[in-house]
Amino acid sequence: MSSKKVIYSEVENSGIGYYGLLALFGLFLLGGVIAFFTMEHNGHYITGMNNQTVWGLPHIFAIFLIVAASGALNIGSIGTVFGKKIYQPLGRLSGLIAIALLIGGLVVLLLDLGRVDHVIQMATGHLNFKSIFAWNMILYSGFLGLVGLYLWAMMSRSRLAKKLYRSMGVSAFTWRLILTTGTGSIFGFLVARQAFDAAILAPLFIVLSFSLGLATFLIILMAAYRWTQREVGDAILNRLRYLLAVFILGVLLLEVTRHLTNLYATEHHGVEAFILGGGNLYSNLFWYGYILFGTLAPLALIFCRLLKNSRAALLLAAILTALGGFALLYVIVIGGQAYPLVLFPNAEISSTYFDGVITAYKPGMWEWLLGLAGVALVLIIITVAVKVLRFMPLSLADSVVDPHAK
Amino acid sequence: MSKSSNIDAYRRKFLLGVAGTATAVTVAPGLLLRQAGAKAPSEEISDKNRWGMLIDVDRLPNGGQGVVDACKKEHGWGDEAHSNDQQKAHWVRTVHVKEKLTEHEFDLPVMCQHCETAPCADVCPTGASFRREDGVVLVDKHICIGCRYCMMACPYKARSLVHEALFDQKAHSPRGKGTVESCTMCVHRIDVGRLPACVEASNGAIIFGDLNDKNSEISQALKARGGKQIRADLGLNTGVRYQGI
Repeated sequence: MSSKKVIYSEVENSGIGYYGLLALFGLFLLGGVIAFFTMEHNGHYITGMNNQTVWGLPHIFAIFLIVAASGALNIGSIGTVFGKKIYQPLGRLSGLIAIALLIGGLVVLLLDLGRVDHVIQMATGHLNFKSIFAWNMILYSGFLGLVGLYLWAMMSRSRLAKKLYRSMGVSAFTWRLILTTGTGSIFGFLVARQAFDAAILAPLFIVLSFSLGLATFLIILMAAYRWTQREVGDAILNRLRYLLAVFILGVLLLEVTRHLTNLYATEHHGVEAFILGGGNLYSNLFWYGYILFGTLAPLALIFCRLLKNSRAALLLAAILTALGGFALLYVIVIGGQAYPLVLFPNAEISSTYFDGVITAYKPGMWEWLLGLAGVALVLIIITVAVKVLRFMPLSLADSVVDPHAK
Repeated sequence: MSKSSNIDAYRRKFLLGVAGTATAVTVAPGLLLRQAGAKAPSEEISDKNRWGMLIDVDRLPNGGQGVVDACKKEHGWGDEAHSNDQQKAHWVRTVHVKEKLTEHEFDLPVMCQHCETAPCADVCPTGASFRREDGVVLVDKHICIGCRYCMMACPYKARSLVHEALFDQKAHSPRGKGTVESCTMCVHRIDVGRLPACVEASNGAIIFGDLNDKNSEISQALKARGGKQIRADLGLNTGVRYQGI
């Protein structure tokens, strides 16, 4: 378990700031509720989604949150599974953020369904186990259960909890690896589309979860400690800073490999030229959004000597990493759909139904409202939870988390 | 010949007659329908049959637009009032193809290809997308959750999500807001021994029939002249085949 000096406590500030924050998140949540009922009542025609781009902005939000959820748990896992003591005080917050992110992502995914009322039938046995979606339902619920138990093992004073602490941590960590494999496989299993159908999408999503999860965790950690006037030391922040750099580089490695292998296969030249070739939204999102601002800029902020120990630089790096990951998901998921299906290779195809052409997708207001409501729900869960339970160490100062710090 | 043997002969003749008539009554509609390529109404849905279509694109006038119109009329899709052009349902469409090197051009109708190993059915989380034993790929709209994963998985863009509430639907072809739909190979017709609407409208350019029956017209035509699959590289063993592409 974590160092004996670490004292956890509920957030005590309950002034205008706290309730103002909740009200702000609540407003976004309300927007999502209105969006859901409007979409449910009218049908999806009021959104920008269509029969060419069937998965739109809500799916990017949902995938981002789900992928980040499993990544946020890593902080706890590094402490529990890999025995790094300095990470252990962050375990509780890591588990909480993981659960909140997953719930937020799932809610967005569910509320975008055409017939959400039919989902209940899955509980009555309508499950197709050949579908990775069906498996994901089980993986997501299992994740919530296991991380719940892991949190209990960290927070309970009972002897049983202490005994089960490590095994719970290992189970949750193993489960999260399988979960992100499942999320990546949603696209890896799509044989029909040029942009997907690649086994590398599963490990790519795993590493992406590392970077997005850590970036999200850092943003929440820094904001929460600043707003509650609690101290975070450089020791812990610098650990997370360089860990973020490793994860960013990991994503870059797999993403570059994905494109290089695609470029080797003639059948993928078309879609690669579309994504990498420039002159369209997806190319811009890839080169400027993901590569420049989502990868190179945060790396520069992390490794620039002048910015050593700079918290603003770290926070900006985390925000850019998250936004870059969002852009990458947009390029993979929506760019992959914008590129037409290849019915006949080496032929020009046309029809009155958008065959052979790049299709346009412009997210509408309802999609934004629904997606942002998912983020708001995550933040509400965290904001309320840290007030009622002891998730946050009173101090993460160097002297508390790292006894060997100078 | 004795009297008793005369009676025996008469009985035998009578019994043979009865048996013959019974056989004729039982078999004839089957034979007649087989010639038409359809199934007898009493016949159970089973994997004995694999319904399929062979489309001769050279014989389809106007790229098969007549076929598209017939499907539209039969099922009532495509006139959704609020949906934009990208959102409107398309169970079948005509596609124009021009090979870049040879400049050879042709048109063909593209719809659900009724794959033997249907990617849509594989990915469907609830099993709403399924392949009937006789090879027809359908959507059970009562359990479809509208996740659209099947639309992501279909190599032919054959599936549509209904983007709005629908009114005055055809009783034989129920559709529903928020659920996915596609060509049903007119099961409501073939289950009672009739031909799919597109086949009727094709002036003989589309042959419908049982791919499992080696003597059926479709099997004979395929054996004689072959039939191509769109994206045969995916190995889906489609129930819809083409000539002239």
